[in-house]
This record gives sequence, structure tokens and C-alpha cells, in this order.
Amino acid sequence: MAAQPKILLTDVTKEFAGNVVLDGLNLAIEPGESMAIIGQSGSGKSVTLKCILGLLRPDSGSIRIDGAEVVGLRGGAQDRMRAKFGMLFQGSALFDSLPVWRNVTFGLTQGRRVDGTRMRAIAEENLERVGLDKRVLNLRPSELSGGMQKRVALARAIAPRPEIIFFDEPTTGLDPIRADVINDLIVSLVDDLGVTALTITHDMASARKIAHRVAMLYQGKIVWIGPRDRLYDSGNPYVDQFVQGRAEGPIT
Amino acid sequence: MPASKPAAALLAPFTTIGRAIIAMFAAVGRVAMFAGRALGRAVTPPYYPARFFEQLAYIGWFSLPVVGLTAIFTGAALAQQIYTAGSRFSAQSTVPAVVVIGMVRELGPVLVGLMVAGRVSSAMAAEIGTMRVTEQLDALTTLRTDSYRYLIAPRLIAAMVALPLMVLAANAIGIFGGWLLAVQKLHFNSAGYLAVTRKYMSFDDFQMAMVKAGVFGFFIALMGCYHGYRTSGGAAGVGNATRNAVVSAFVLILASNFLITAMVFG
Repeated sequence: MAAQPKILLTDVTKEFAGNVVLDGLNLAIEPGESMAIIGQSGSGKSVTLKCILGLLRPDSGSIRIDGAEVVGLRGGAQDRMRAKFGMLFQGSALFDSLPVWRNVTFGLTQGRRVDGTRMRAIAEENLERVGLDKRVLNLRPSELSGGMQKRVALARAIAPRPEIIFFDEPTTGLDPIRADVINDLIVSLVDDLGVTALTITHDMASARKIAHRVAMLYQGKIVWIGPRDRLYDSGNPYVDQFVQGRAEGPIT
Repeated sequence: MPASKPAAALLAPFTTIGRAIIAMFAAVGRVAMFAGRALGRAVTPPYYPARFFEQLAYIGWFSLPVVGLTAIFTGAALAQQIYTAGSRFSAQSTVPAVVVIGMVRELGPVLVGLMVAGRVSSAMAAEIGTMRVTEQLDALTTLRTDSYRYLIAPRLIAAMVALPLMVLAANAIGIFGGWLLAVQKLHFNSAGYLAVTRKYMSFDDFQMAMVKAGVFGFFIALMGCYHGYRTSGGAAGVGNATRNAVVSAFVLILASNFLITAMVFG
């Protein structure tokens, strides 16, 4: 019998004021797999992540994590489900009012000021994993460069040792060298920690480096899914147009 | 069947009024649900005492200079006005009584409410609104932290505690401002002025001022948090939230001041 998918989306739909964003989305991600979703802006990539995390509720369809339905979960059950996830936000979403070490350990303390010495040590260890040293512990996010903020956000995402990590446009706004550093970090963290990863990105280099498989989302549906090595010879007109960045083609 | 064109034109004003009334009730409902959710989180664990004390210092302690200045100038101006108006009827001696009654019953709570609303409601809306548009609120949720418990409840409770203390301080400073002007400029006898002030200082008036202050504090934090939490649309959205927070806090302070005064003296 095949292993149960870590994340399974079946016929998920979501619309906002008559605008259909997800239109019967089907997707299965295996345990330990790194999947990238590519697609145009507004194609529903972020909405997909938010539906899985329970930040948005799908209009219909099913989302299963480890075989358990998560649509409609509330309270403690939703909290336990969310404990499985880490998330790297596009703009890092670090808390401006807190120093770096409190940001990194926020998922462990839920913002309570407990066990400062141990939390600083945990923050230091996680920052080390993303290539930052303890000199940044007491800095505020506004004192860091964009690349350093991404690393701190990455450290925050992995600190509670989640089973699944979502990366929302992890390289957006970074120069190609810093973007590649973040890609390398993501690959090594996913391998070292053995997590399941889902990345949404416009960056083809990033998708090819981070993901085992790539899925293309168009008009709320997955129109192609395949191994990363097939991205540039998928034979799918939508994927071809997107990865080559052509204005002409089926995507309008 | 759709209405004919002339009938539709005739109904248009009623349609507009009806829509506005429905929108108003919907907004009141949303605010009430928001407040209920936040107060519910405030009385159940986990609590965030450090966040509460941070907010208490921010709302109370750091607003004291502006509140103190407002109160001293208002007390002094009130004394001068009463003296000038009273001199037409040889009623200059009413200055200490009117200053103490005016400050404690009305000017202290309302001026503190308005000053703090300008300073704090706007800041809360801007901070929480920025957190919304930069996905920090979503980040809180993914880190399994209830944003009502972490952000909203400490602000609401801190404002309800801080405002009465600030109104007490403003009343004292305002009365002092009136005394200072009366003694230094209008040549009142200091002991006599203070004796009349004490005579007209009533516990009931202070009690009403404290109730007003608590209510104003609640509205100031509620409007700041509510408009910040519902922010959408980037920097322009944060600007709108900030403006709406201040305007709605001002209106609620003045309306609730009237209602409380009318209930006590009506």
C-alpha cells in the first residue's frame, strides 16, 4: 500500500466576491518531499497556503494533513494541527517590536516572557543553522538587511522543529547571490530536518534548486506537475510559456 | 418585477438611507463581536502581563506630559473666563467652585479622553494595521498565538486602568492651574480659594469622572485595535485605519460623555 500523503488537497475551491481563485484544486505532497508551486501573480498560490494553514477557509473540498481532515477545525484541534507547520513569509513578517532572539523563539513561547536564558540559547542555535551569529540576538528586525531578515524568519520557522515548512516567495526582493544563499539554506534545512516542504515562487532557479517536484497553478487548477528536471521540457504549453517568460501563449 | 424608472427614482433616497442604516447596524455588530471576543480572551488564560504593563506605561505614563499641560492651561483659562463673566454680576467668588466642578465633572475626563485618543488610538491603529499588511498577524496565528489575547486584550484592559488614573491627575493639575491663575493674577486669597475648592469637591463627581474615564479608555483602545485589525490595502489602508480610529474614538467619547451625564443628572 502506498504511503499516505503528508498533505492532500481534493477539489478545493475558494472565491472572493465572485472571483474564483481556486477551482477544484487537487494536490498530494508525500512525507519528506519538497514541492514547489509556480504560477502567475494572483493565480492562487498564497491562497492555497493560507487554506492549508487554516488562515482562510475553502468554500468546498477537503484538505487532509497526515490523513486527518483540517477544514473546519477550531480551537485546540486547530492549534495542534498548526503545531506541525512552520512558515516563512514573503516579507519575513518579523515582529518589529521584539528583538531577534524573541522573534526566533516566539513559536516556543507564544510570546510569553518565559525562560529567557534557555530561549536565548535556542535562538542562538537556530540562528547558527541559518548562518547568523549571536551578535544579532539583541538587534531589532529593522536593524537587519533584507537577507538577514529572511534568515531570521527562517530560524523562527524551524525553531519549533515543525514537520512541514511553507516558504512563500523565499527569494523575492533579494539579489541573485543572496537568493542562492537562501536556496542553499532551505535545501540543507529540509534535508537535515527531514521535513515536508511546500514553496511558492516565481523564481525558476529557486524552484529547480529547492524542489523535488514542481506544480504549475493556472486559473485555480494544477495544470502540470512533474519532477524539477522536466521543468524546461515539460511539453506543457502553460509551463513552457511561464518558464521562458514569453508574452505569447495560452496564458493571457 | 423591477420597478419602473420613475418609481426607482422616487425610491432612490429611501434605498440610500436604508443601505446606510443596514451598514451602520452591521458595523455596530462587527465592533460588538470584536469587543466581546477581546474581553472574553482578557478573562481567560493564558495571560500576557508583560504586554499589559507595557501598554499601561505607554498609554498612561507616556501620555502624562501632554495631559498635564492640557489640564493646567484649561484650568487656568476656565478660572479667567469665570472671573471675567462673573464680574458682570459681582459673582467673581464662584471661580473656585466652577473650576472644581467643571474640571472634575466634564473637562478633566473629556479632555484626557480626547488627548489620549489622539495619541493612542492612532498609534494602536497604525501599529496593528501595519502588522496586518505586513502579514505579522498571520505570522502570529501560524505561531499558534491568539492575536486577540496577545495584542487586543492587554491594550483594552490597560486603557481602562490607565484613563481613570490620568483623569485623577488631570483633575488635580487643572484645579491647580485655576488656583495658580486666581491667586497670582486675580489676587484671590489662597486659603479662601482652597477652602471653597474643598467644599465643592464631591465624591459623587469623582466617581462619575472615574466611570467616564473607564468608558473612554475602553472606546479609545477598542477603536484603535478594531480599525487596525481590519486594515487592508497597504500604506493607504493603514492611513485610513488611523484616521477612522481617531474620528470614531472622538465621536464615541463625546456621545458616551453626554449619555453618562444625562443618566446621572437627567
